[in-house]
Amino acid sequence: MRNWNWRGMRAVIAKDLAQVKQNTMVWLPMIILPVILQVLMPLGMILAPQLAGEAAVDMGEIEPLLKMLPASLVAGMEEFSPEALWVVLSSSYLFAPFFLIVPIMVSSILAADSIVGEKERKTMEGLLYTPLTDSELYVAKALVAVIPALSISLGSFILYTLVVNIAGYPVVGRIFFPTAIWWPLVFWLAPAVSVAGLGVTVLISSKAKTFMQAQQLGGVLVLPIVGWMVAQSAGVFFMGQSLMILVGLFVWAMGLWLIWIGARTLSRSNLISRI
Amino acid sequence: MDPIIVTEKLSKRFGDNWAVRDLSLSVPRGQVFGFLGPNGAGKTTTVRLLNGILEPTEGTARVMALDPALSGSDIRLRTGVLTENPSLYEALTARENLRFFGEVYGVGQMLLESRIDELLQRFGLLERADEKTGAYSRGMKQRLAIARALLHEPDILFLDEPTAGLDPAAARAVVDMVQGLSRDQGHTIFMCTHNLVEAERLCDLVGVIHRGRLRALGSPADLARQLWHNLTLEIDLHGPPSDTVRNSILNVRGVEDLRIDEHLAIVQVSDADVTPVVVREVVSAGGQVYAVRTREHGLEDVYFALEHEEVDAGQEGSVNA
Ligand SMILES: Nc1ncnc2c1ncn2[C@@H]1O[C@H](COP(=O)(O)OP(=O)(O)OP(=O)(O)O)[C@@H](O)[C@H]1O
Ligand SMILES: [Mg+2]
Repeated sequence: MRNWNWRGMRAVIAKDLAQVKQNTMVWLPMIILPVILQVLMPLGMILAPQLAGEAAVDMGEIEPLLKMLPASLVAGMEEFSPEALWVVLSSSYLFAPFFLIVPIMVSSILAADSIVGEKERKTMEGLLYTPLTDSELYVAKALVAVIPALSISLGSFILYTLVVNIAGYPVVGRIFFPTAIWWPLVFWLAPAVSVAGLGVTVLISSKAKTFMQAQQLGGVLVLPIVGWMVAQSAGVFFMGQSLMILVGLFVWAMGLWLIWIGARTLSRSNLISRI
Repeated sequence: MDPIIVTEKLSKRFGDNWAVRDLSLSVPRGQVFGFLGPNGAGKTTTVRLLNGILEPTEGTARVMALDPALSGSDIRLRTGVLTENPSLYEALTARENLRFFGEVYGVGQMLLESRIDELLQRFGLLERADEKTGAYSRGMKQRLAIARALLHEPDILFLDEPTAGLDPAAARAVVDMVQGLSRDQGHTIFMCTHNLVEAERLCDLVGVIHRGRLRALGSPADLARQLWHNLTLEIDLHGPPSDTVRNSILNVRGVEDLRIDEHLAIVQVSDADVTPVVVREVVSAGGQVYAVRTREHGLEDVYFALEHEEVDAGQEGSVNA
């Protein structure tokens, strides 16, 4: 077997990202989502009680969560005022599920654009006639989605860390974020969901004719996250570090499996037949 | 010389439909091969099979001695393809398009930029090289797509309907360019077309495909000869010929048929050497010869004759090779 055509793959990635820059429908959501989820919403949640005064903190909302927290995480929180408790719990735990939306959405938007977009813009055939092998093409398209998804998710984690620490400082009185669960969340679960998002989008892409179609179907991906969010704030269950590592393992396995299957549905002969 | 493309009973089926069936042909290196056939005949499918983009259902192919089903990537490295649709990235400029394909095809970084400039120059696109190709006219897109197919100096150039949708001037420019490529650079060119005039002008070898099957293969002149062994003479006598004149024509060895069409005597002769004999006999029989023309059959006649054969065969339910 000859060596992989890395230069060609890099060219595909660069070309796809150059096109993304030109397409507002694609890049705008990737900026707006992190800004809303990682800046505006947490700011609102942290600052609203501070601006409105103590009475505004609704302990009812965090009570169920507090009850579920393992002793190890509650340790050190006893001296917190209700407002501080609210800031720490909401930003560390209530908000955790939101963090996964960005990696999922970014990887599925980009995968849809780089695969379905190629059909929609009628450029797929030219690409298939290049010497890139099926695997090279597939890996390049996967990287187009995953690299930005991981970078944006890391960037939004840094942004979020700054926002909650700064906005929460007046009430909490110290740097309190990130808490322990965020490490597996950012570095294990988030990459897993972005890979799973990619896998699902790849499967959808073999059928979808337009970017919009692929995107709408891809929206389904957010449902499990919403489920986690609801369950957690209702006090049904809490995802600690070990559970998170376990869930991550499952999501990784599923994502990689989807990508494996996807490689077959996106073979050259399948792609050319569905142009 | 070694053929650069050989296929042996190459076949491709989609569902119940054989897009290509038992295609056996061979194209010598350096020739312009014209692949003719109506819509849906299987031309594009054949190009895809030869480049390893589709896998054959049956049969084999060798392109530059490689099997497209196994070594597609190595073949594609040495072929350039102009697809039916120009397949350009319209959000990128002409230069960016060429740079992208150059990198994918492994054209060396140093060489690439000069190659790009040279091609843009040659195809008259240099002034608008940094414009997005979405703003290009159909003709400009086609020229850029051809430039792209040539970027890595391929051994075989596949052109799928290179003049479709172009105005006569632009089509002419493309034809001239193809002619130049084969004459000056010795490229092997595999050109799908339904433009018979173009094929006749450009091609050394022509294959006619219809409903997936190869119906004829040869040089345009060969094909005409295969179908019409004889030559047609039109002798202008400015009036119907007398019986003496008629008989004098019919008595010449090599005359196969005589028809009178108003003032023309239309004579089928077995070959060109019979012509002066016929003329001499007509004159000595007292005929007034105003003009003699020979009518050769062109690719167009071949094409429609094959189409008819197909229709007749279909109607009679008999198979006609
Ligand atoms: N991916 C596919 N799936 C199903 N049928 C196909 C596919 N590609 C081609 N065909 C069928 O195969 C036959 C040959 O098609 P092909 O595109 O090769 O014809 P063509 O000679 O290039 O025609 P045109 O002059 O219209 O471009 C047609 O009947 C077409 O419908
Ligand atoms: Mg075609």
